[in-house]
Amino acid sequence: MINLPSTLRISFRALRVNKMRSALTMLGIIIGVSAVITMLAIGTGARQRIGEQMASIGSNLLMVLPGSTTSGGVRMGAGTQPTLSTGDAEAIQKECLSVMYVAPVLSGVAQVIYGNQNWSTGITGTTTNMLYVRDWPLSAGRPFTDEEMRSASKVCLLGQTIVDNLFGGINPIGQIIRIKNVPFTVIGVLDAKGQDPGGHDQDDTVYVPVTTAQKKLFGTAFPGMVRIIMVKAKSADDLASAEKEITELLRQRHHIGQKQDDDFTVRNLTQMMQAAEQSTKVMTLLLGAIASVSLLVGGIGIMNIMLVSVTERTREIGIRMAIGAKTWDIRLQFIIEALTLSMIGGVVGIIIGISSSEVVSLIFGWPTVISPVSIILSFGFSGFVGIFFGFYPAYKASLLDPIEALRYE
Amino acid sequence: MAPLIETQNINKIYSLGDVEVNALKNVSLSIEKGEFIAIMGPSGSGKSTFMNVLGCLDKPTNGTYLLEGIDVAHMNRDELAAIRNKKLGFVFQGFNLLSRTSAIENVELPMLYDGLPAGERKEKATAALALVGLAGREDHHPNQLSGGQQQRVAIARALVNNAPIILADEPTGNLDTKTSIEIMELFVRLNGESHITIIVVTHEKDIAEFSRRRIFFRDGVIINDEVIRKDD
Repeated sequence: MINLPSTLRISFRALRVNKMRSALTMLGIIIGVSAVITMLAIGTGARQRIGEQMASIGSNLLMVLPGSTTSGGVRMGAGTQPTLSTGDAEAIQKECLSVMYVAPVLSGVAQVIYGNQNWSTGITGTTTNMLYVRDWPLSAGRPFTDEEMRSASKVCLLGQTIVDNLFGGINPIGQIIRIKNVPFTVIGVLDAKGQDPGGHDQDDTVYVPVTTAQKKLFGTAFPGMVRIIMVKAKSADDLASAEKEITELLRQRHHIGQKQDDDFTVRNLTQMMQAAEQSTKVMTLLLGAIASVSLLVGGIGIMNIMLVSVTERTREIGIRMAIGAKTWDIRLQFIIEALTLSMIGGVVGIIIGISSSEVVSLIFGWPTVISPVSIILSFGFSGFVGIFFGFYPAYKASLLDPIEALRYE
Repeated sequence: MAPLIETQNINKIYSLGDVEVNALKNVSLSIEKGEFIAIMGPSGSGKSTFMNVLGCLDKPTNGTYLLEGIDVAHMNRDELAAIRNKKLGFVFQGFNLLSRTSAIENVELPMLYDGLPAGERKEKATAALALVGLAGREDHHPNQLSGGQQQRVAIARALVNNAPIILADEPTGNLDTKTSIEIMELFVRLNGESHITIIVVTHEKDIAEFSRRRIFFRDGVIINDEVIRKDD
């Protein structure tokens, strides 16, 4: 017969008698558990932030960049050769079956002026499709009309940062701003999106029709030229085929021979993001694993103390055996002691882990997410550590010879 | 009716490396319910070994040990623990109380391993302490009690599970003469009132005087078994 409440009381008393020793033993578990919780919180936070940024960029994205120029044998960077045009964008939209939306981009940096305020920002010449490509709704106003696109109208959509910096409290819709001294009518405001994975403020932008950008703002010697073409594939599965279709189409349109290199590059943004997410996942696991080692060390500490405790209390064990304690009465007594140490350590560790995650967020500005799973996991693990490392000392105690134990001084 | 305790040709052989020590040699003994026995003999005579066998703390190498007609010589650890819990009460020379544990909790211990509910434990332990003359000292810890009082707590612990046998190994070895006499008188009273069988191991003649049967051991054999006074 095993009497649990009494066994619990016996264990608690034994732990109270050696307060300092119990506290130090628990410290091992406390450090282990709080390390696991903090590390997982940091890892999960990083992953969640990347996930959010991924969603903010838009899903299933491809980016077509122009190739590099070679000047006197010196190869310039990708995008230096003006090879992409609005025509290419329209052709991709028409011919490539795996593609959903295409948006050409011609961008540049310009000073934007409203009243006595001014702000330097990136101006993006594009089409209404850009809003679909980026999954970026308007918070106010309307997108460009086809007529405005055709006629290169001087209209614009503003990012939230621009609105904040130029307008303060005024409703920007219908106001006139000047970009490179060209007056533009504000017809809409883009929803706030926050930072992209590179840390750039995505809301610090002005959208104008690509035709307007070509003719009035960033005109070049190549009419119809665009800097990049953004493409949204129909689904994640279509990304590879879309990439292939675009490559084939553009090689054809650019008259590139069999043995010549592409004069453009297709980049899979989603893949890059997924790779980044994958690496944070690995990092989280790694951090968790390292933290678990300290939990393991804490467990060994418990075993150590329990072994000392069994030796010290040999006589007590002998008395208990003489008056009728069975094998499992003795075992449970010591296992419960170990379990109590590790569980109390676990609870304190969880509290410290949560608070230190908050501190990390506050001081370093890292996002931390404490998942219930990590709490349950580390609590369960500390319980397991208690039972696992408590068992051997308990087993040893239960095998003592009562006569020897009674004689022990 | 079968005797309370019956041993037949019990041998206990210890192996100390290459040397074999024959601590008990063909010990056969029969004890009836209600006897008050003193086991005597010089150290190394085998009396303590015999006590351990009787107390189910040790198993004989061979031979039969019948306790209330049940063969206990071949039981396993847990079965022996149950027998010790129900049938035997131990009183040791060094008291062997749990330190940092109150008198009443020490007395409750055997019932704890018997799985009795807390209320019943407290009731019985209080009664047992009152029986040995320690009413009102329930919450005292061993270090707050005199040697004689500690030994009384141990006796209460031995009594509390209504064990028919009390085994006392040098129960007065750590006590002064006056207290020794008090403890032995307590045994006599328990033996007389409750018909508890009492077996005391001692090497002091004065202590053995309280018994009604004396068994002398030498070199692992019983050399003398004398009944002093007849049961009346």
